[in-house]
Amino acid sequence: MKKLRVVHYINQFYAGIGGEEKADYPPEIREGLIGPGQALQAAFKEEAEIVATVICGDSYYNENMEESKSQILEMIRPYQPDIFVAGPAFNAGRYGVACGDITSHVQNELHIPGVTGMYVENPGVDLYKKEVYIIETKNSAADMRKAAPKMAKLVIKLGHHQEVGSPEEEHYIKRGLRKNYFADKRGSERAVDMLLAKLRKEKFDTEYPMPSFDRVSPSPAIKDLSQSKIAIVTSGGIVPKGNPDHIESSSASKYGTYDISQFDDLTDQDHETAHGGYDPVFANEDSDRVIPVDVLKEMEKEGMIGSLHPYFYTTTGNGTAVANAKAFATEIAIDLKNHGVDAVILTST
Amino acid sequence: MVKEIEKTGIPVVHMCTIVPISKTVGANRIVPTVAIPHPLGNPSLTMAEEKEIRRNLVLKALEALTIEVEGQTVFE
Repeated sequence: MKKLRVVHYINQFYAGIGGEEKADYPPEIREGLIGPGQALQAAFKEEAEIVATVICGDSYYNENMEESKSQILEMIRPYQPDIFVAGPAFNAGRYGVACGDITSHVQNELHIPGVTGMYVENPGVDLYKKEVYIIETKNSAADMRKAAPKMAKLVIKLGHHQEVGSPEEEHYIKRGLRKNYFADKRGSERAVDMLLAKLRKEKFDTEYPMPSFDRVSPSPAIKDLSQSKIAIVTSGGIVPKGNPDHIESSSASKYGTYDISQFDDLTDQDHETAHGGYDPVFANEDSDRVIPVDVLKEMEKEGMIGSLHPYFYTTTGNGTAVANAKAFATEIAIDLKNHGVDAVILTST
Repeated sequence: MVKEIEKTGIPVVHMCTIVPISKTVGANRIVPTVAIPHPLGNPSLTMAEEKEIRRNLVLKALEALTIEVEGQTVFE
C-alpha cells in the first residue's frame, strides 16, 4: 500500500514557540513534523508520513475562527495530504475547539478525512464529536504515549478509506450515529431478554440510549434594573493581589469570594489574575478588563442598577473538572440567593 | 457554572469571547466580548476609550437581563 501523506495541526505551545504569551500567534505551516508529531510518526511506522505541520496560537484561532480556518485550508492544500490529524488537545479548551473546528473544515472543504484527540470534558468534544473522529484521551499530555497509537491506527484506516469500527473498538468518542446490522435474535426476543435481566437486577445494555439534554431553561428577566441587585461571577481567575486563598492556576479545586465594596476601580496594586490558561499581562494591569467593577460601581452611583453585590465569586476555568465547577456554582448560587441577588453577570476568558 | 446558578431562578448573562463554548455550556443569555485575555477591555486603546467599550458591553449585558428569552440567545 502507498505511504499516506499526513498534515498535522498543533498549537503554539506544542510547537515550542511559547506559552500563553504567544497564544496570539497567527497560522503558519512548516515542512515535516514538529513536537507531538514525533510520537504519531513513530506509531505510523512506514505506513504514513507527516509531510507538514500547521501551527496556530490557541487564542488566535478562537478569536478569528473564520479567517484562521481559511488561511489554514490554503496552507494545507498544496501538500495534498491523504489524511489530516489535529492535536491531541487533551483537556486544553481553546486547543480542543481549534482542533475540532479545523478538522471539520478540512473534511468538508478539502474532502480529506481527519482525526483528533481530546479528553471527554474538553469543550471541543460536544461541539465537534458528531462531525469528527475524536480519540478519547486522558486529561494531560502524559497520555500521549497511549493516545498516539490509537490515533495512528484510525488515521491509517481512514487514509485508506477502510471501514471504521465501533467507538469501543477504535477508541473514539461516540458520534451519535446508528448503524444497521443483522442481529441473531429478533427484536421481541431481545426486548424480553432485556426485561428479564432488568427484573433479575442484572446488567443489560439498552439498544437505544436516550440522549441527555443537560439544559436549563432561561430564568425570567428582571423587571427593573434600578431596583435590582447585580452580582459578578467569573471563571477568569481575578483575585486580590497575592491570591490569598491560593486558587490553582488550572484544574481549580476551589473558588474565592472577595469583598469589592471598598473598590471603585481595580488596579494592578490590588487585584490580579490567578488563571494560567491565558496571557495574564492585561488582566494583571487592570482587572476591570475581566470583571467590570469600575463601570458597575458607576452605574450603581448613577442609579442605573439598584446595587452591586459587595462580593464577587471567582475561580479559574481552565482544565477545571466539570464536577468541580458545578459544585462551586451550587454553593455560589445559595450564597447569591441568601443575599437577595437578582441577576448575575458571569465573565469568562 | 452558568447552569447551576440559572437553575435557582436567577438570570445569568454570560460575557465571553468564544460564543460556541458558551453555547455548549448552556448559557441562555450570551454577550460576545472583545478577546480571550481581555474580554472587557482593549489594551491597544486609551484607558478612557477602553472604559467606554466596557461600559457599552455591560449595558448590553444588563439589557439582556431585562429581556425574556425562549432559549439560548446571543446579544450581538
